[in-house]
Amino acid sequence: MDSQKNAVSLSTVGVQSLTPSTDDVFFVEAKQLNIGYPNEVVVADIRFELRQGKALALIGTNGSGKSTLLKTIVGLLSPLGGKISVFGTHPGNNPRRIAYLGQFHASGFILPLRAVDVVRMGRFPLRGLWGRIGRQDDEIVLSAMRTMGIEKLMDSPLWSLSGGQQQRTYIAQVLAHQADLLILDEPTSGLDAGGRELYLQAINDELRRGASIIVATHDIQEEAALCHQVMLLARKVVAMGAPQDVLTPGALLETFGIVITGDKKRLAVLEDRHGHDLPGLNEPKH
Amino acid sequence: MDLLVTPFSSNGFMLQALIAGSLVSIACAIAGTFVILRGLAFIGDALAHGVLPGIAVAILVGFPGIIGAAIGAAFMIGGITLITQRSRLSSDTAIGLLFIGMLSLGVVIVSRSNSFSGDLIRILFGEIFGIGIPSILIQLVATVVIVVIAVICARPFLLLSFDPEQAEVAGFSVRLYHNVMLFMIAITVIVSFQTVGTLLVFGLLIAPAGAGALLARRIEAMMAWALVFGILSVYSGLLISYYFDLAAGASIIMVTVVIFFIVFIVKNIRHHRVAYPRELTHG
Repeated sequence: MDSQKNAVSLSTVGVQSLTPSTDDVFFVEAKQLNIGYPNEVVVADIRFELRQGKALALIGTNGSGKSTLLKTIVGLLSPLGGKISVFGTHPGNNPRRIAYLGQFHASGFILPLRAVDVVRMGRFPLRGLWGRIGRQDDEIVLSAMRTMGIEKLMDSPLWSLSGGQQQRTYIAQVLAHQADLLILDEPTSGLDAGGRELYLQAINDELRRGASIIVATHDIQEEAALCHQVMLLARKVVAMGAPQDVLTPGALLETFGIVITGDKKRLAVLEDRHGHDLPGLNEPKH
Repeated sequence: MDLLVTPFSSNGFMLQALIAGSLVSIACAIAGTFVILRGLAFIGDALAHGVLPGIAVAILVGFPGIIGAAIGAAFMIGGITLITQRSRLSSDTAIGLLFIGMLSLGVVIVSRSNSFSGDLIRILFGEIFGIGIPSILIQLVATVVIVVIAVICARPFLLLSFDPEQAEVAGFSVRLYHNVMLFMIAITVIVSFQTVGTLLVFGLLIAPAGAGALLARRIEAMMAWALVFGILSVYSGLLISYYFDLAAGASIIMVTVVIFFIVFIVKNIRHHRVAYPRELTHG
């Protein structure tokens, strides 16, 4: 929780590298937003606002609508109803200001790319078709790789890296963008303890820099607790608010439903973490 | 040494064939790299055959084959786009349907020709020794166009191969650049058919780039390898055809595939050697 307070206080004072923006301008604003695919609404009536330097965690099971919401925010999916604006305009209109880490990467095994080439792609949105990627960009790329502890793997082919190392590379790509808004879909999947530590540190630094973050995560204890707001999703918005208000056993039970009630050990862990009794369950802790 | 040079220095047809084949190799190295990276091999193959009815009609009515090929390719890409957008069928079903439809249409049209088998073989396997200076110039212009497209679109093409969603979010329209890429592949097929034929251009499109993919750590290196293997195939294929009196186009393509398998085997032997001590330390 210390790190959370730290992030909040620093983010309110330490906005250096971003375009100044008044506090009443939202980076992302959703009103009665319906998201999904043609003929299928996944989540209806989403409302939230995200200000500069703030982080929002989306929590839910697979298929709960987390990725669908993230894809709507970056403009990969069109909203089915309601209103969403990103930097005051339509999603997808500001590629220079938004970095996106998707859940799946189509790169496959054949792509002949070194780790550094992947991270350097993070500079493409800023440089466009023609802009030169110069020494300053290379320094930013190297610094992003250092942040994720993969600078020694610079020249390694992407296919030769382990799953965790590849994930670190993709996170470094997002960091190299130095975007105003980071949209991250389960960024810690496949990361080992060291990688998670570096990632959480990097996220703190990004918030301190003044960037805003929306992250889909399963990590209730560390990652979500670091965010200023949490949205629980289960094909509907179960709860939305500050982590300490939202991450209650009752709301978590509704969000994760069967998964948790069917798993006594995990339930006990949740009880331990949050110091509550979960409703309707009086089994002894294991 | 003379054996390797004289056929080209003393025979104008051989030299023109070498020049035309090398230009095809450049175009195929660039287009083929993206065909492999984007997983477009099937559409590349389909384009190569989809141009057949266009060429057949052009031959029957006395138009340049290249114009017929261009119309055939446009019809093919348009048809695939239409079917995938207006139905729930995947693109490979659409490609397969048009591919086989165009191929059979092509053969039906050619069967009306008086020299049916001669024309068909010419279209399918090319006529590398019948390439004139105008055709070489057209090939040169097309190669320049392909190089220019690849240079201008290097970043979106790279992002598109890496992850189309990333490309879209980064501000590069997936639809636009995917179509530019298809256009580039189509030009390659259209202008290459005279040299190596519609059946064999596909070999030059994927075999050298495929071998390059096995060796390269970077996309530029993959293209460079594809270029080297392509030109080497054209050169040695022509020599084999010259000395053993074999079909030139097929000889070239055979060499590309042989090179691919040599690279594949060498790579696997080396990988095995490197992996073995590692296994020892683990075990």
